[in-house]
Amino acid sequence: MLAKRIIPCLDVKDGRVVKGVSFVNLRDAGDPVENAKFYDEQGADELIFLDITASHEKRKIIIDVVEKTANDVFMPLTVGGGIKSLDDIRDLLRAGCDKVSVNTTAVKDPFFISRAAERFGSQCIVVAIDAKRVSGNMSDATGEEWFGNPSLKDVCLKLPQHPPIPPSPPFAKGGIRGGLVWAISTHGGRRMKLIDAVKWARKMEELGAGEIMLTSMDMDGTKDGYDIELTKAVSEAVSIPVIASGGAGTLEHLYEGLVYGKADAALAASIFHFREYTVREAKEYLRAKGVAVRL
Amino acid sequence: MIAIVDYGMGNLRSVEKGFLKVGVDARVVSDRISIEDARGVVLPGVGAFRDCIRNLTDADLTDAIIKSIREGKPFLGICLGLQVLFSESEEFGVCRGLDVFRGRVVRFPESGLKVPHMGWNTVKIGRRPPAFNGIPDQSYFYFVHSFYVAPEDMDIVAGTTEYGSEFTSMVWKDNVLATQFHPEKSQELGLKILKGFGEFVKKA
Repeated sequence: MLAKRIIPCLDVKDGRVVKGVSFVNLRDAGDPVENAKFYDEQGADELIFLDITASHEKRKIIIDVVEKTANDVFMPLTVGGGIKSLDDIRDLLRAGCDKVSVNTTAVKDPFFISRAAERFGSQCIVVAIDAKRVSGNMSDATGEEWFGNPSLKDVCLKLPQHPPIPPSPPFAKGGIRGGLVWAISTHGGRRMKLIDAVKWARKMEELGAGEIMLTSMDMDGTKDGYDIELTKAVSEAVSIPVIASGGAGTLEHLYEGLVYGKADAALAASIFHFREYTVREAKEYLRAKGVAVRL
Repeated sequence: MIAIVDYGMGNLRSVEKGFLKVGVDARVVSDRISIEDARGVVLPGVGAFRDCIRNLTDADLTDAIIKSIREGKPFLGICLGLQVLFSESEEFGVCRGLDVFRGRVVRFPESGLKVPHMGWNTVKIGRRPPAFNGIPDQSYFYFVHSFYVAPEDMDIVAGTTEYGSEFTSMVWKDNVLATQFHPEKSQELGLKILKGFGEFVKKA
């Protein structure tokens, strides 16, 4: 039986892990390879490097990081952040990375995903969707330009049609509350787009994405749990795997994302980095609750 | 030396590094002479069936691969490297394969299954290939694929995996071993298979 995946995520800046594994005897806590090995030994199912390097000139450093990691760690490796061209993808794959995750570039040019999937195969093209509940306060959001593109018209939100939804605990085991809508954001959450996140996920699948990495911008960093309704809405809308992300603070949250949210994989950062739990503990907990995991 | 065939598709570096890690001499090659000279051949690959066949043909490598298989040289196919051994694929219309084994490559049915089949799944070992010494039955390996092989001759099936229904995840006949999963991405147990293949090559 296919196991649900547990995926630690490491933020990498200028080739160094920031907010990496803490309180562990790593020889060098900022070394991506050391961090990757640590999770490899714990039985992580995959690893994601999120490249948050700001300067364009230093972008190439991530290639070196991937190469070094691939020398020692033999599990699937995904790199996200700053991917702008097919050459960027080629360089990463060649260095030993298995999948790339694309967000902003897909929003700027959705057909970039088709070209990438055609050239490298859908299996290595992950679309990262940063979704935020539409609260009515989207005055600074952009997206109107999409209305001119017939093939994308159906993914656009028209705000007046959606009454504001008050932010509330994202917990809804039974289903998804009516009228709930998520818009997508780009540039690491700094910009909003008037695009319906669920429809966008479906569009990305149609254009060739092999997986969706779904982050709730409302829950990210809160440690209050994933946005279950968002996760469920997207998981049910697409037939490609969905990785739940944003908000995991306890092992129960991982369970909720995988079972109630129907995600195929759960991504977490802080609960593993700060050694609140090991990946193995997380999996033991999930197995005891009847979730198929690899131990 | 083991030749890892490079035909412009997939993550070959991991395969090479995997062999290196377990002390097996394997190198990425992209010409027919190196394949002919090698003591064992590895055909990795992810992506589309048609592109794979086209790239192999364009690089003039198909004959060398088939010849080395026919000569009894140890062969390891990984993922797409398993699929192209079969007669034909239904991916993007019908496309002819290398026809080493009779059978078709078919897509997972659209019945609520997530496709690609991506992640860690167990392999039920029916017959144990030489490279599988020390691999427990029902071990987890890493998969990522949307198509699977349906052999005509079920005697070549060495392992199966459950996803919706049971599909062939490993074939083995004489000198040819091929897996749908990725040993080079399957941590310790995967590396054990690469090591096992290296030993098999040494003995051949």
